[in-house]
Amino acid sequence: MAEQQLIPHLFRTEYSKLVAVLCKYFGIEHIEAAEDIASETFLSALETWTYKGIPQNPVAWLYAVAKNKVKNQISRKHLFTEKIAPQIKYLSSDIGEIEIDLSEKNITDSQLQMLFALCHPSISAEAQIGLSLRILCGFGIDEIANAFLSNKETINKRLYRAKEILRLNKVEIEFPPETEISKRLETVLTTLYLLFNEGYYSESRDTILREDLCLEAVRLTYLLIDNESTNQPNTNALLALMCFHSSRFATRRNENGEIILYNDQDETLWDKELISKGIYFLKQSSQGNTISKYHLEASIAYWHTIKNDTKEKWENILQLYNHLLQIQYSPIAALNRTYAISKTYGKQEAILEAEKLQLTNNQYYFSLLGELYKDIDSKKAIANFEKAYSLAITQSEKQIIKKKIEKILQ
Amino acid sequence: MKEFVLIFRTSANPDFKPSAEQIQQMMTSWMDWMNGIEAKGQLANRGTRLGISNAKVVMPGNMVTNGPFTEVKEFINGYMIVKTNSIDEAVKIAKECPMVKGGGGSVEVRTAVSSDDNS
Repeated sequence: MAEQQLIPHLFRTEYSKLVAVLCKYFGIEHIEAAEDIASETFLSALETWTYKGIPQNPVAWLYAVAKNKVKNQISRKHLFTEKIAPQIKYLSSDIGEIEIDLSEKNITDSQLQMLFALCHPSISAEAQIGLSLRILCGFGIDEIANAFLSNKETINKRLYRAKEILRLNKVEIEFPPETEISKRLETVLTTLYLLFNEGYYSESRDTILREDLCLEAVRLTYLLIDNESTNQPNTNALLALMCFHSSRFATRRNENGEIILYNDQDETLWDKELISKGIYFLKQSSQGNTISKYHLEASIAYWHTIKNDTKEKWENILQLYNHLLQIQYSPIAALNRTYAISKTYGKQEAILEAEKLQLTNNQYYFSLLGELYKDIDSKKAIANFEKAYSLAITQSEKQIIKKKIEKILQ
Repeated sequence: MKEFVLIFRTSANPDFKPSAEQIQQMMTSWMDWMNGIEAKGQLANRGTRLGISNAKVVMPGNMVTNGPFTEVKEFINGYMIVKTNSIDEAVKIAKECPMVKGGGGSVEVRTAVSSDDNS
């Protein structure tokens, strides 16, 4: 790997590994101490590598330095001997025996257990995503703020509060007991699902950042797949969903960052390898009796990997949406179902269904009505698109709606 | 070609704790800078960083004190040696140093006096 990419890459991957392992060792109440040591390790790297160049094995160098820093901290009788040391279960009086286990297995285990700790039901979903990005993915506060279209202060406050709650609740960094794992896994999957969506639908202009969010969500989901107790049908269904969506990543925006709608995408550029991975995990997910929303959304996403409109495709999608709405109603799913109706039974039928929804503060509702009326009543179509335009928040969305209106007027 | 020693003086607060991404940024810019000098064949010696903790000052009268670093405004935290035709070229290099460009320190440029140069 070229030096230019090596450093950011090391920061992203190794920072989070160090924090997970150290935090597991110290306990969640000392999450900041773990972050400090990880940061200091990189500070030492900065000071040494800039003169001496990058060592042969930079990862081993970082781990060795981090271990020494822990020992130094403890021997310095800093906050450690007074505050942390009594709580470290395996701490003996001899500092020489302190052993931070930075083996691959312990790193993976620590990250997984950390994931469960951070996705604790006591903190909000937004904070769970933010903390996961910071602690497990090594994202900077700036990057998180950018992804959430927020500012540094807000994110810092949010993360600080979330850490306080974890501390107060004495959340343990451990695997939940066997009896609770399914329930706790549900929260973790929701967080990963939202993390992925944050990247996939984020309005942030930073394309690389958005793709990174998705890749991190995929990486963390893989961690769950690789672990026997969390490799459950729902986990596989979620991963399948992510694979199908990711396959279109390259074709969703043009070089100016403008959105390219599904119908205008070049399907030859869809990532076929990801699609076949998605199919594999979707098959894996069917080994069970439960059907989650991830199963249904992944199945819908699967049908969308076939670009050509066929009767079979839209009938299947419609049924999947019907099922999805029964499990968990959401206005967007209801709108999507209406679109599927138009594809299966025609626009008139879909308009009747759509107008029942009355989602009058939802831009997509009016966009859909505009789309349905387009060839039936151009006045109504324009009126609906105009309502959608006034409700749309982002420039890229407004632009798309404007183009649609112009097309009708031509 | 003459050799010039670049002495880095930092005015940064030693308690300043940069975030991981700031460190990443700093490291990338330092490496870019040093690699650029090396690529032009102007790097005579990469030099070394001088540690801040674990420092002593030895004075006459058998007096040894800990480094007075926290009391002074600026402390030397490293050096490197470049070779250029003139001090102006060395200054040009120093101007590009991330420490100067980004603030947080200054670079002192000193001629390494050779035996045939008594100026």
